[in-house]
Amino acid sequence: MKKRRLFRRREKKLNRSMAGNTLLFALMFVCGLAMVLPLVMVINNCLKPLDELYQFPPKIFVKNPTLENFADLFTMMSTSWVPFSRYVLNTIIITGGGIVGHVIIASMAAYPLAKHKFPGKNLLFSMVVLSMMFSWTVTQTPQYMIISWLHINNTYLALILPACAFGMGLYLMKQFMEQLPDALMESARLDGANEWQVFWKIVMPNVKPAWLTLAIFQFQQMWGNTGSTFLRDEELKPLQYALQQVSAGGMARAGAAAAVTFIIAAVPILFFLVCQKNVLETMTSSGMKE
Amino acid sequence: MAKKTQPGASGSRAQGNVQNTLWYQIKRNRASYLMLAPYFILFFFFTVLPVVMSMALSFTSYNMLELPEFIGWKNYIKLFLEDDIFMKSLKNTMILAVVTGPVSYFLCLLFAWIINEFKGWMRAFLTLIFYAPSICGNAYVVWNLILSGDRYGYLNGILLELGILDEAVIWMKTEKYVLPMLIIVQLWLSLGTGFLSFIAGLQTVDKTMYEAAALDGVKNRWQELWYVTLPAMKPQLMFGAVMQITQSFAIADVSIQLAGNPSVNYAGATVVTHLLDYGTVRFEMGYASAIATVLFLLMVGTNKLVQMLLRRVGE
Repeated sequence: MKKRRLFRRREKKLNRSMAGNTLLFALMFVCGLAMVLPLVMVINNCLKPLDELYQFPPKIFVKNPTLENFADLFTMMSTSWVPFSRYVLNTIIITGGGIVGHVIIASMAAYPLAKHKFPGKNLLFSMVVLSMMFSWTVTQTPQYMIISWLHINNTYLALILPACAFGMGLYLMKQFMEQLPDALMESARLDGANEWQVFWKIVMPNVKPAWLTLAIFQFQQMWGNTGSTFLRDEELKPLQYALQQVSAGGMARAGAAAAVTFIIAAVPILFFLVCQKNVLETMTSSGMKE
Repeated sequence: MAKKTQPGASGSRAQGNVQNTLWYQIKRNRASYLMLAPYFILFFFFTVLPVVMSMALSFTSYNMLELPEFIGWKNYIKLFLEDDIFMKSLKNTMILAVVTGPVSYFLCLLFAWIINEFKGWMRAFLTLIFYAPSICGNAYVVWNLILSGDRYGYLNGILLELGILDEAVIWMKTEKYVLPMLIIVQLWLSLGTGFLSFIAGLQTVDKTMYEAAALDGVKNRWQELWYVTLPAMKPQLMFGAVMQITQSFAIADVSIQLAGNPSVNYAGATVVTHLLDYGTVRFEMGYASAIATVLFLLMVGTNKLVQMLLRRVGE
C-alpha cells in the first residue's frame, strides 16, 4: 500500500501501462546503481580507518567504520591560524552574496527580455547566450585585469560581482518566464501594479522551480571556489580553501582528507535536497492556467 | 506599438514620426531598461569586456610578461596550417561532441521525464542519485579505480575473471581505447545542468493539458510526451540544447583526469586541452585566445543548426 503513494497519477492511470512502467523503472534502477557509485564511495571513505584507506587493492565498502577522521579534521581546524568560524563566515558571505545577488538581478533582467518589447532586446539576449560559448580559461586573464582596475581585488566583491554576471542564470530565468501566460501579468497591471510589483509578486512566485534550480547551480559554483586568485588575506578566504589545504597535506592527513571530501560533497547535497523538494510543490497551488 | 500615445499626438504626421524614433522608444520603455541595468552593467564588465579583450588578444603574441604585440592573422594561420595536434584535437572534439551531445541530451530528458512520475522526498532523492556525479566532486577517482591499468582495476578484474582478457589492459594508455572510454565517462557525467532544468521544466507543464489530450485521443505515454509535454517545455529544451553544446564542445577535464595531458599520442586531446596547454602551461595567451575564438565560432554554428531542429518538436 505504501508503494502506491509513490506514483502520482496511479489512481487515474492516465495513459500509463504496467509494462511501460516496469520497463522504465527497471532501466532507471540499473542506471541509478552506476550513478550513485561516487556518492557511496565518498560516504564509505570518510568512515574508513587509515589502514583501510591505504588498502591495496582498494575496496569500496568500509569494514570497521570509525569517526576518527572527523575528530582529526576537527583538531586540525581548531589549531589553524585563522579561526575556523571565520572561514565559515567568509563562505556564507561569498556564497550567499553570489546566489542571492545573481538570482535577483538575473531574474530582474530576464523579465523584460521575456515579456517586454523594446529596442535592443534581441541584441542583449543573444549576447548573453553567445557569452556562454566562449572558453572561460582565456577570459580569466582579462577578468583579472578588470578586477584590478576596479580596485576590488582582495575583497569579497571580487568573487561576488563576476558571479552575478554569469550568462546561464539569465538564460534559464528568461526561458521559464517566457512560458507564463501574458494574461497573468495583464490582470495585475489592471489592478494598478507597476512593473516592479508585477515582477516581484506575480512573475517570481510563478517561476519558483526555475530560481530554485538556478540557486543549486550557483551554490555549486560559489561553494567550489577557493578564491585564491583574487583574495590575498587569509582572513577573507572561504572554507573551501581551508579544507583543500588540509587535503593537500599528503599521506599523514589522508584520513582528514577523506573527511574533507565528504564535507565538500555533503553541504551542496543538503542544499540540493532542500531546493529539489520545493521545486515540486510550487505549481500545484499557484493556479497558473491560460 | 503606438497604441498608448496621448490623444493629442495623433494629429500631425511629423509628430507621429517623433514617436517612432529610437529615443522615444527608449524613454517609453524606461522601466524595462531600469530592470535590465544592474545585470547588464556587471555583465558588460565581467563577461563582455573579457571576451572582447580575449578576441583582440588572439591577433597578438602575448606571454603575460611583456606587452602584447600585434601579429595579425598569424595565430590563426599557424593553427590551421602548422599545428597537427590542433587538427587531431579538433577531430577528437568533433567525435566527442557529435556522439555525447545528442545522446546525453536524450538521456537527460528521459531520466527527468521518468523521475517526474514520483513526488516529494522520493523524487528529490532520485534526482540526487542521478545528479550525484555532478555534485560529489570525486567522480574521476571512481573511474580511475575502474579503469586502472593493473589487474586490480575493476574492469580488468571482471574481464580477466570471465576469461575475455588474458592479461590486464592499460585502458587509458592504449590509443584505441582512449576515445571510447572518454565517451562512456562523459555520458555518465552528463546528467547535469540540462537534466535539472528539464526536471524543473516538467513541473511547469499544466496538468489539465494531459486530461484534455487524453480526450483528444492521445493513447499512450509516448504520444503524450511528443504532443503535450515536449511542446509545452520548448523553452527548456532550447536552454538544455545550448548547455549541451557548451558542455560537449568543451570536454577537457575528463580527458585530463583519466588520460593525462598530453595523453598518449594525443589520443585524448581535445580543443580545450590544447587550449589549456597553451594558456596555462606555455603561457602563450595570444595563441590560446585564437583557439578559444575558433571553438566559439564552432559552437555558435552548431547552436544555429540545433535551434533550427528544435523548432520542429511536436509538429
